[in-house]
Amino acid sequence: MRGAALLAVSLLAFPAAAQDAKKEIQRYQQMIGEGSPVELFELEGEALWKKPQGPKQVSLEKCDVGAGAGVLKGAYARLPRYFKDTDRVMDLETRLLHCMQTLQGRSAEEATKRVFGNEDRPSEMEYLSAYIAGQARGAAMSPGVDHPKEKQALELGRKLFFHRAGSWDFSCASCHGEEGKRIRMQDLPALANPRDARPVVATWPAYRVSNSQFKTMQWRINDCYRQMRMPEPIFASEATVALNLFLAATGKGEPYRGPGTKR
Amino acid sequence: MAGPMKMRATLAGGYTDVRVLMTHPMETGQRKDAEGKALPLHFIQNLTVKVNGKTVMEGQISQAVSRNPVFFFRLRGGAKGDKIEVSWLDNRGETNKTETAIA
Repeated sequence: MRGAALLAVSLLAFPAAAQDAKKEIQRYQQMIGEGSPVELFELEGEALWKKPQGPKQVSLEKCDVGAGAGVLKGAYARLPRYFKDTDRVMDLETRLLHCMQTLQGRSAEEATKRVFGNEDRPSEMEYLSAYIAGQARGAAMSPGVDHPKEKQALELGRKLFFHRAGSWDFSCASCHGEEGKRIRMQDLPALANPRDARPVVATWPAYRVSNSQFKTMQWRINDCYRQMRMPEPIFASEATVALNLFLAATGKGEPYRGPGTKR
Repeated sequence: MAGPMKMRATLAGGYTDVRVLMTHPMETGQRKDAEGKALPLHFIQNLTVKVNGKTVMEGQISQAVSRNPVFFFRLRGGAKGDKIEVSWLDNRGETNKTETAIA
């Protein structure tokens, strides 16, 4: 009799428990944010930005990442955008790769040999992304959406987001197309919806506590394709930049508050 | 070479709140590399906190603490401009330190 009463109580308590769990996760995220090692990655990135490298032995300090040569304040919030000198839309890592080749005289092959690091040895791209994104804290996200090439990339990104393919016939929208869905305890943002996209674009790139790694947006897209069992997208390709622009444009207006800290 | 450290010390009514981040692999000795060989134990053993050159706190930590650890603590007293120094010593004899003035 007592057992039955307890069972009834616990059944009634279930929706409340789900709410509590969500609140607890938010509290946890706030705590890990306060003690995040993101700042350590920013410091390492700053050192790399100023370090002479490559055949020409020059630093990246003269690199134009969207706000003019060498201007980092708020530059990340303006990406991806169209760059006149290359006549294409570029995101942060694509632009860094361009600067490594033009300023430092490095080959694309050498500069992309190890773009995604691990917990023992983060990559150059990861360190640099942390530093540059950190210089845009407080700036409203305002990627380029007006130039004809930007409009073209945005349209391509939107198509890719909804394009189903691969052995599982998945698209980005299969997981990120509906509101209120989750995988285990992980909420899945509906990324074609500005309300869900805004906090996402405002906090990437990000440090992941569960595996002690700093991750960039190119990695996030690459890993989503892996999870969808699709062929690996080419780093800094037109397709990955287009998808990145679609996400950034959907989430535009949000003040940048990254690099974030994820579970 | 030891990676960067970062510290923040703020006066909060009679107390100084300190937050310090440190770069360290904090290897537990339990992980194995690709060849199956155990990765050797490598962790911060001692922490020392000094205020204006005087040791106010000494602590020992173990490999149970995470990679790139962060520490929060509160010191009684303190005044704006006081120099706080936090240093660590690991089991291989490597050390690093950082210094900041209370803000």
